[in-house]
Amino acid sequence: MLSSGRGGWSGARGTFGSLAAMSARSDKRVLVVVPAWNEALSLPAVLREVSEHLPDVAVLVVNDGSHDQTSAVARSSGVQVLDLPFNIGVGGAMRAGFRYALAEGYGAVVQVDADGQHDPRDVPRLLENLAHADVVIGARFADQGGYAVRGPRRWAMRVLAGALSRLAHTRLTDTTSGFRAAGPRAIRLFAFHYPVEYLGDTVESLVIALRSGLVVGQVGVSMRQRSAGRPSQRPITAVIYLLRACLALGISLTRRRQLMVPSPEARP
Amino acid sequence: MNGYLFALLGAFLTLAFMFELLRRRLLREKFAVLWISVSVVVIFFSAFPRLLYRLANLVGIATPLNLVFFMALLVLLVVSVQLSAEISSLEHEAQTLAEECALLRNRLERFEDGPVVEPPPVAGPGPPGRSPS
Repeated sequence: MLSSGRGGWSGARGTFGSLAAMSARSDKRVLVVVPAWNEALSLPAVLREVSEHLPDVAVLVVNDGSHDQTSAVARSSGVQVLDLPFNIGVGGAMRAGFRYALAEGYGAVVQVDADGQHDPRDVPRLLENLAHADVVIGARFADQGGYAVRGPRRWAMRVLAGALSRLAHTRLTDTTSGFRAAGPRAIRLFAFHYPVEYLGDTVESLVIALRSGLVVGQVGVSMRQRSAGRPSQRPITAVIYLLRACLALGISLTRRRQLMVPSPEARP
Repeated sequence: MNGYLFALLGAFLTLAFMFELLRRRLLREKFAVLWISVSVVVIFFSAFPRLLYRLANLVGIATPLNLVFFMALLVLLVVSVQLSAEISSLEHEAQTLAEECALLRNRLERFEDGPVVEPPPVAGPGPPGRSPS
């Protein structure tokens, strides 16, 4: 589902061989970044699943100022951990992850949420599509999975998807999905320009990427229920969500196109 | 007591207070400039009250006092917007520091486990507080 017009990528799961080939090359190493805020309960299962299905990739847990055992749980799983001294939101956690990836020379970053919503078995398909795009979104409505959202929240998602599809010149159906892969150019951009505001991390980062001339595509993924915790689905929350998302979108659209991807040589 | 004299006194006191704060390095110039200019304007109008009447007449406000209130409101608005902008930039800087701090801690831990030969962490291009992102 990179582009609905060309219509190549539908639901079939990719093979793991191509991922192995990808990570074999040193500049194509893959880093899975797991932003985690008070997710000590669901984190072990997620990490176990990632290492089970993706044995070749490195995993980085970004502990976003948790008050529980998130950091200790992650360390006991033997993955790399970034401990932010206080809570700065998913956007800040991801930017720290992108900076880590840039400094350590990873060629691809995949964001996987710590609540168990994202299925690591979809990661190879996201990575395959990085051949055609700089940012690949794991879209929840595209083909698979019983993920249903109703009411104002669904309208909000529709509006955002419509606006961003126009900007991206390809059909994007789920712009607020946190499940996404970023290629080398996107890593260089996001290490410096990644929105930290609420909702900015998903919607606004896409606008930044598109404005900087990066290619954004999507792949249909199945989305699961959270293994711990509950999503907020109250109508009033959804309305606020819609307004904030439109504000974030509107403001970032009026900015000048001045964000450039730093070239690899520009690294200090 | 003459009202204009009272305003003059208040403005001079504010001016002296600002000056003292600056002298003790408790206040940075960029915040003091606005208050100092407010004091100067108040001093000016207290010394030449006819000018205030003329100005109020010019912009179509019947009571000169209302012009003073309006200007005071405007000044306070500018000050609070300035403070919000400063807080935003401070938050941005704090976030960047938090990220760098976490990256350095991670790197230190790996050094303690065994030496790593990889490039140093990446610093942002220029002061990040001024970037539009």
